[in-house]
Amino acid sequence: MTAMNSNTPAIEIVNLAKRYQTVTALESVSLSIPQGSFFALLGPNGAGKSTLISIIAGLVKADTGNVRIMGADVVADYMQARRALGLVPQELIDEPFFAIQDLLRIQAGYFGFGQEQWPWIDELLHNLGLWDKRKETMPNLSGGMKRRVLIALALVHKPKVLVLDEPTAGVDIELRLGLWSFIRQLHAQGMTIILTTHYLEEAEQLCEQIAILREGALLALSSTQELLNAHPWEYIEVTLQSESSILPATLQQSIHRQQANKWVLRLPRGQLRADLVAQLQESGCLLTEMRSIEASLEDVFRAMTSKDLL
Amino acid sequence: MIANYRGFITLCRKEIQRFLNVSVQTVFAPLVSTLLYLLIFGQVMPEGASGFDALSYHQFLLPGLIMMAMLQNAFSNSSSSLIQSKMYRNLDLLLLSPMSPVAIFSAFVIGAVIRGLMVGLAIGLVASLWVPISIAHGGWLVVFAVLTTMLLGALGFLAGLWAAKYDQLAAFQNFVILPLTFLSGVFYSVSILPSFWQIATWLNPFFYMVDGFRYAVLGVSDVSPWLSLTITVGFMLVLSVVTVNLLAKGWKTRR
Repeated sequence: MTAMNSNTPAIEIVNLAKRYQTVTALESVSLSIPQGSFFALLGPNGAGKSTLISIIAGLVKADTGNVRIMGADVVADYMQARRALGLVPQELIDEPFFAIQDLLRIQAGYFGFGQEQWPWIDELLHNLGLWDKRKETMPNLSGGMKRRVLIALALVHKPKVLVLDEPTAGVDIELRLGLWSFIRQLHAQGMTIILTTHYLEEAEQLCEQIAILREGALLALSSTQELLNAHPWEYIEVTLQSESSILPATLQQSIHRQQANKWVLRLPRGQLRADLVAQLQESGCLLTEMRSIEASLEDVFRAMTSKDLL
Repeated sequence: MIANYRGFITLCRKEIQRFLNVSVQTVFAPLVSTLLYLLIFGQVMPEGASGFDALSYHQFLLPGLIMMAMLQNAFSNSSSSLIQSKMYRNLDLLLLSPMSPVAIFSAFVIGAVIRGLMVGLAIGLVASLWVPISIAHGGWLVVFAVLTTMLLGALGFLAGLWAAKYDQLAAFQNFVILPLTFLSGVFYSVSILPSFWQIATWLNPFFYMVDGFRYAVLGVSDVSPWLSLTITVGFMLVLSVVTVNLLAKGWKTRR
């Protein structure tokens, strides 16, 4: 058992590797997530995100390396590690024998809690809009409702670290907004939040720290702002007088997208605007407006995870 | 070992409540089918089939049928609970909790024991209305009833752990549990069998559970109850150690 203080990382991963027969799911991944973080784990399908999360939760065994949750090793000290972790899995589950409220009470019981936890369970049912469904069983709920139950199940024992694996997949906008509002409240109360999502704008808005995985390896690990700043490209939107204008050959390769008489050019960061204007004028393009567009996390993500762009 | 006692008690209660929620299927259905066995076999089998002159065939058959129902239902409880948890994916909820492998295994076995005993008791009470029976050795009765349901609960847990789909579990039930039960001397005394089948029966661990239970109820048996007890306990211990170790290693559960 490791002594825990506020400097102890919420999650510490050292040299984690996992292979499934011939496929490398994770290759020597190391990262540390401080307590109180709002952390995003991003990567294309098959990057190893779910494998990493499953190893953290103890559902998958790593080939090598180790993981500690709030200082407790997930294998050697699994009881303490699991008490500190709440996991919202990506795949929905069912339980036809017990009503939602009973299911939550049973789950709290597995963590050693009795009736003293029932007020918290009722609070979760209210906060997640499940109160009216508390006597229903899972098979009678819609996909969105089941997702809420999974979140409540992950929180019954008030974990210090909450991991959400694609929590908003297939969820409507209203629920998504409500869900993030609730998760933000939990974060404000000191809970460490780790999420994977395909909605990159969610990660950009919510998360302070981002890790990007590709083919089982860690490509990037930094704050969201640093990641955006480190992007080697900048995006400039030029509006020309005519949509039939032909950009000079030197800029053809830089066209990111075009709509009517507006072109978005992807240029190396730091290129002088005056050079761009000069090139356009020399080729006879009549410039009416020019503005810079901030790179989004999606741009950064695409640049980092697409082999073609590297 | 167990450490998280509240978690363990919660899982025990859940396992019991699970089968009580569907008691028509889990308690009353086996009660009716066993009474039908008693009625039909009691009518068609000749009186001498018991192999014991002092006993009517009904009297001989009843303890065997009770034991058969107890062991089949104990097996069904733990195996179906586990395979359903796998199929519905809610087993992950348990695997994410701070429950030790010993606690998980023990709670499933206790659920199986309670169901097995409830079914056995219900059959005994109803059948005693028309089959005159008195219990010869109450202590042995409790020992064999509890040990047998424990053993089959453990075997059911192992089968549920192994099976990846309902098909595989049904195969285990139909090709292992059912033949071992039917060839364990439920319907006849081993003493009336040809020698080959006697040897085959002695190699069947279920025979010792049925024979020990019959001794407890009727005071007569084919082998010593101590031999039956030794084999049942030995089998139970080996099975428990193997199953808990497989669970601890994450066999078929933690990928």
